[in-house]
Amino acid sequence: MQMTTKKIRVLVGKPGLDGHDRGAKTVASALRDHGMEVIYTGLHQTPEAIAEIAAQEDVDVVGLSILSGAHMALFPRVRAELVKRGMAHVLLTGGGIIPMEDMAALESQGYAKLFGPGTRTEEIAVWIQGEMEKRWKAEGAQ
Amino acid sequence: MTLDGTRPEVRAIDAQAAWQKEFDRARKRDVEFTSLSGAPLAPLYGPGEAKVDFEGDLGYPGSFPFTRGVHPTMYRSRLWTMRQFAGFGSAKQTNERFKFLLAHGQTGLSTAFDFPTLMGYDSDHAHSLGEVGQVGVAISSLADMEVLMDGIPMAEVSTSMTINGPAPILLAFYIACGERQGVDPKLLRGTVQNDILKEYQAQHAWLVPAEPALRMITDVMGYCSRNVPQWNTISISGYHIREAGSTAAQELAFTLANGMEYVRRGKAAGLDVDDFAPRLSFFFDSHLDFFEEIAKFRAARRIWARKMRDTFGAKDPRSWMVRFHTQTAGVSLTAQQPENNIVRTAFEALAAVLGGTQSLHTNSMDETLSLPTEKAVKIALRTQQIIAEETEVAHVIDPLGGSYYVEALTNRLEAEAERYFAEIERRGGVVPATEQGYIQREIHRSAIAYQAAIERGTKKVVGVNCYVEDEKGPTIELHKIDPAVEREQHERLAKLRSSRDAAKAKRALDDIRDACKGTDNLLERFVAAAHADCTLGEIADVLRAEFGQYKEPKIL
Repeated sequence: MQMTTKKIRVLVGKPGLDGHDRGAKTVASALRDHGMEVIYTGLHQTPEAIAEIAAQEDVDVVGLSILSGAHMALFPRVRAELVKRGMAHVLLTGGGIIPMEDMAALESQGYAKLFGPGTRTEEIAVWIQGEMEKRWKAEGAQ
Repeated sequence: MTLDGTRPEVRAIDAQAAWQKEFDRARKRDVEFTSLSGAPLAPLYGPGEAKVDFEGDLGYPGSFPFTRGVHPTMYRSRLWTMRQFAGFGSAKQTNERFKFLLAHGQTGLSTAFDFPTLMGYDSDHAHSLGEVGQVGVAISSLADMEVLMDGIPMAEVSTSMTINGPAPILLAFYIACGERQGVDPKLLRGTVQNDILKEYQAQHAWLVPAEPALRMITDVMGYCSRNVPQWNTISISGYHIREAGSTAAQELAFTLANGMEYVRRGKAAGLDVDDFAPRLSFFFDSHLDFFEEIAKFRAARRIWARKMRDTFGAKDPRSWMVRFHTQTAGVSLTAQQPENNIVRTAFEALAAVLGGTQSLHTNSMDETLSLPTEKAVKIALRTQQIIAEETEVAHVIDPLGGSYYVEALTNRLEAEAERYFAEIERRGGVVPATEQGYIQREIHRSAIAYQAAIERGTKKVVGVNCYVEDEKGPTIELHKIDPAVEREQHERLAKLRSSRDAAKAKRALDDIRDACKGTDNLLERFVAAAHADCTLGEIADVLRAEFGQYKEPKIL
């Protein structure tokens, strides 16, 4: 696997009242194993709190997990709160129990890619590394 | 001596050696021969691996230590209760689903609540945004409960309610709803999950910290033993522990450790163990490792019987029994090729029946994608009915008892559970072990190991890491929650708050506040508040203000 020299900083967030955290914690651990710096918010966070932590920690990536069906209400709000804090540039991703048409809708609202059940953690890690390399290369070329 | 002059035991040893030689020489498939929980498995089990004292370890069904079942007749008298967990959208929509299930032969109700209800927030609270009616039904008041149970004879149907942090409040709504239907609380039958310890450990819908939460649980045990004697006051649940990633042994150990903690608390509150222990029930997962699951159910009965009689001094045999509900494993289902989930669920349901379950929920094939459609839930219910009516497996009690393999697994799971009990004891008990994050870390460790095995390919999941098809999207129809439910709930709550007797509602909340500061039974106050049309969120706000909020330990 190609290694980036700079460490990728990721915030894994659990917005809303959803208590399912097996997926979020499994992905967080896997990203750490792939050399990323991972901050996990813990459960039951408001969109404001997630954006606040993302800004304070100056992360490169925000990944959200919702399995409760509240993604259409909460994912856009997290993005709006990030934009408010000057964090529009972060790589936004996430996953959970999200129907295909909702994934498509969120992907047109600034979510780069969303992952569903059965996804290999390796696939998520490799995708994040690829996206960040592209971004850092583009920044270096400016 | 046998006819050819050799002693039988010598011939047996020779036969074993011959088999072993053949076995060692043969080519084996290139897979890990382990249980789903990762425990190594022998290729063959015999009497040497399954040391069982018939009287002491097995006994007869309906008698100590209940390894073979809690009833002397098991399914010859009565089949298990077919109880599909249901709830979505508004109380009215869920009421219709309940009636649909009863009309198709279901024999008990089981209620799923949405996250705001599970966390003690009204549907119109800011934190409820987007969550109302999504994973279950929204119930914010007695008025909502009345719609939920409309036209359902509460004296006849038993109802299970999966709720924990605010469980005593929802139980109060149910009792008050029965009273409005003219049903004496003494006739109400059902279960409230009310198992807060596994919420901190695995399911994560909590309200207040452990000590006040445990006090409310003993209040429920005390109130119900006097007023609602047929009610199961706690459903001590391994299901969520397993779904969060634990192994079978961890599910068994943590569930029973939590159960023992409730017994200690009940005794410490001055209750007689035999007054409340017969109303404790259990709830387990049934996962895909068929024999390991059956052994887990058998081990649970044996361990609990021994602990209750020998450690806690219970005298009533009903206090020794593990009566349990089972749900097939949601985590075993795949979003890929979802029709295959029907088959997975059937194997898991069969294991639950062979393990002697008292009631059963079978998951629907579409549950990794959404809440189930009517069609999917009907197939799930029919799966149980096929097991019950067509396979003839329910005619014989504990049919796998005496299987060398199943007895060896039962012994192994009991021994593993004992090791966890000792470790939890060393950490000062279940509450400190949970507050330190020990149990959560153990579960997380197992979840990661399982995921790694799937990604390595040593554990196979059809449609995910083998026999994969290129799928464009779900091939089945999905159930959608109407977003209008949230708005309608806001309107219902506004109407309720403006039409009720405000002074009476305030007095009821003040009474709860006083009881929080003292030792009066809180459930009694919740029932009064339900009748005064106080909402779930208003009552929970008092509890949060008086007792504080639970904060999860950081384990990652």
